[in-house]
Amino acid sequence: MGLLTFRGGVHPPEKKELSEHSALTNAPLPEVVYVFLANHAGVPAKPLVEPGQHVLTGQKIGEAAGFISANLHSPVTGVVKGIEKIYHPVLGKPDSAIVIEREGEDTWQLLEPRKPYEEFEPQEIVERIKEAGIVGLGGAMFPTNVKLSPPKEKKIDLLIINGAECEPYLTVDYRMMLEKSQEIVRGVLALIKALGVKKAIIGIENNKPKAIEEIKKATKGTGIEVATLKTKYPQGAEKQLIYAITKRVVPSGGLPMDVGVVVQNVGTAFAVYEALEEGKPLIERAITVTGEAVREPINVIARIGTLASKLIELTGGIKEDEVDRVIFGGPMMGTAVPRVDIPIVKGTSGITVMSKEVAPSRESYPCIRCGSCVKACPMYLQPFVLNLYATNRLYDKAVENGLMDCMECGSCSYACPANIELVKNFKLAKKVYRTLKGGKR
Amino acid sequence: MKLTVAAAPHLRSGDDVRKVMIDVLIALIPASVAAVVLFGMKALLLIIISMVSAELIELFIMRVLRQRKDFKPDFSASVTGLLLALNLSLAVSWWQAVIGVLVAIGIAKHIFGGLGKNFWNPALIGRVFLLMSFPVQMTTWFKPFDLETTATPMAILKEGSGTLPPVKDLFFGTIPGSLGEVSALLLIIGFVYLVLRGRIKLFIPLSYLGSVALISWIFYSVNSSYGSPLYHLLGGGLMLGALFMATDMVTSPMSPLGQLIFGTGCGFITMIIRYFGGYPEGVSFSILIMNSFVPLIDMATRPKRFGEVRSNA
Repeated sequence: MGLLTFRGGVHPPEKKELSEHSALTNAPLPEVVYVFLANHAGVPAKPLVEPGQHVLTGQKIGEAAGFISANLHSPVTGVVKGIEKIYHPVLGKPDSAIVIEREGEDTWQLLEPRKPYEEFEPQEIVERIKEAGIVGLGGAMFPTNVKLSPPKEKKIDLLIINGAECEPYLTVDYRMMLEKSQEIVRGVLALIKALGVKKAIIGIENNKPKAIEEIKKATKGTGIEVATLKTKYPQGAEKQLIYAITKRVVPSGGLPMDVGVVVQNVGTAFAVYEALEEGKPLIERAITVTGEAVREPINVIARIGTLASKLIELTGGIKEDEVDRVIFGGPMMGTAVPRVDIPIVKGTSGITVMSKEVAPSRESYPCIRCGSCVKACPMYLQPFVLNLYATNRLYDKAVENGLMDCMECGSCSYACPANIELVKNFKLAKKVYRTLKGGKR
Repeated sequence: MKLTVAAAPHLRSGDDVRKVMIDVLIALIPASVAAVVLFGMKALLLIIISMVSAELIELFIMRVLRQRKDFKPDFSASVTGLLLALNLSLAVSWWQAVIGVLVAIGIAKHIFGGLGKNFWNPALIGRVFLLMSFPVQMTTWFKPFDLETTATPMAILKEGSGTLPPVKDLFFGTIPGSLGEVSALLLIIGFVYLVLRGRIKLFIPLSYLGSVALISWIFYSVNSSYGSPLYHLLGGGLMLGALFMATDMVTSPMSPLGQLIFGTGCGFITMIIRYFGGYPEGVSFSILIMNSFVPLIDMATRPKRFGEVRSNA
């Protein structure tokens, strides 16, 4: 049988070898953390703490402020300093964060009760996930409990767990699958119970044979299936992953639940396990700190709100004469940041420090209509056409031609021989279009 | 420490337009070498003059007229110059070739905004301009090696008099014709290189050659004086046109279906001109006519998006 895959996409250099052999370790506790109120997609959380207040590790410090929102918990034991504006790595501008200085022993306040997932009722599982502030750890940071509560008319029959990790450089999901396979599988079983589905499939790219082996071992006897996917970018994009595994096509503008599927990341499954059986709210996550311009790439478990600079120090530091840019996330969809003293958020799966050597050239040409972008687009859009509309401010025409179907995966820009900033133009066009229409965001 | 802040993706394939153009030039090397071997040093002179003047004219337009002080040649002008040279008869003088290049680069390409913006294949516009301005030189053909003036296979078919050379001569290229069109074999070798490099919209040559084969086979079956499909495929400028001119990225449709329509249209018009037109050959005109339809074809053949439900489907 051929490997499961989708049409389109690109195959950038994988670069996993830089960090894939580094086992997960706990990063030292940070002296100070910055917990953004916007640590998830949707409405920022409402702060629950006052300056000067003492908080324990895991104590709730922010409350979900709407349906699509999430709780926040203190990543450390210490004293709240106040709420400050600091550069947000996803929003790309200063945003409010609760600042907490560490003080004394790391004392946890755990969620109760703690028991095997089997003893939770489905609704209790969803409630615990909500209480623990769990969001999609693949990067989108969408509140997990919302995904687990589809409207009644949407019948869900399949849970897909995303272990593709198609983004170059990043190896957190890989290390999690190697080292935490039992816990991930228990998390998946809990998600199965919460959704009331009979079937779950874990999809993993074939460049991670060891992870496939470990997960297969851990799923033995559980009924959970493991699907081997072709190594191609963006194999881990929700719609492409669903198509590769089930051949179901999520309609344009629709969601996975429209075809009866819920997708969760392996890291999220692990967080679900920890919330249920160990009572841990989401205050730490695994993260890859990698790139040609750090001395020794690593995978670490770090508290949310830790400054990237502190994590980069753990690699032995940046090679200052070689560094070109620092990216929150991987090179395809990550955001380049202007400084390194920026805190990580729940969705930060990696910090990639790229050297000048691998960074892209800036020489650009006019579009020669070669068709590379059309071949690369996994949504079967025509990026060269969208770009003409977007750059000529014909936003309605761009939307008519599928602008909103673009998921900003970057495949077109990657492939373009003219080096046109297609995705950048699309992101801007979407923003302007939404503003003009007076819509949300 | 200074950090670059740029838009994602932060990895690029490393491919660039200059590399695309260099690949096209490489693919034309076999046919160009053959031109020099078959027709002598004057062929080399025409090729070099066309390419150099094309780059110089483009450089002048970009740097002086359009004030792009940082413009560096991307070799697209060289491709146009070379293709034009390969479309010329040996009878054309060097200054006539330069006029053709001036029309190709200055008018057909830059009036529309330069690289990527033109509707019509610049080299073909240059060729047709020369054909109309200097009809004698553009239609005087020489036999390879001994360089006696003679008629091309297409002209023999058109006039219905004279003896056609054997098919193998058409295949290897020892027939009269324009500098680069004569050897089907060497054109195909270059074309295979472009296919391997992924630089070709493959459905265009397939449908172009396919429709010519089909139409000429039907006519040949009815009346053999129309010439066999092999002559129509290998004689004249069809190979050069179908493999290298119709497939010009800028002036051809994007979707596979659009490419099929475009290629079939080229084949149809070529054969109409060959059978019923005033010229023995119709490749240039057919491609230019179909170039004009590319925006419409592109609009009509937009591929279906992932998950798209069309209301009128």
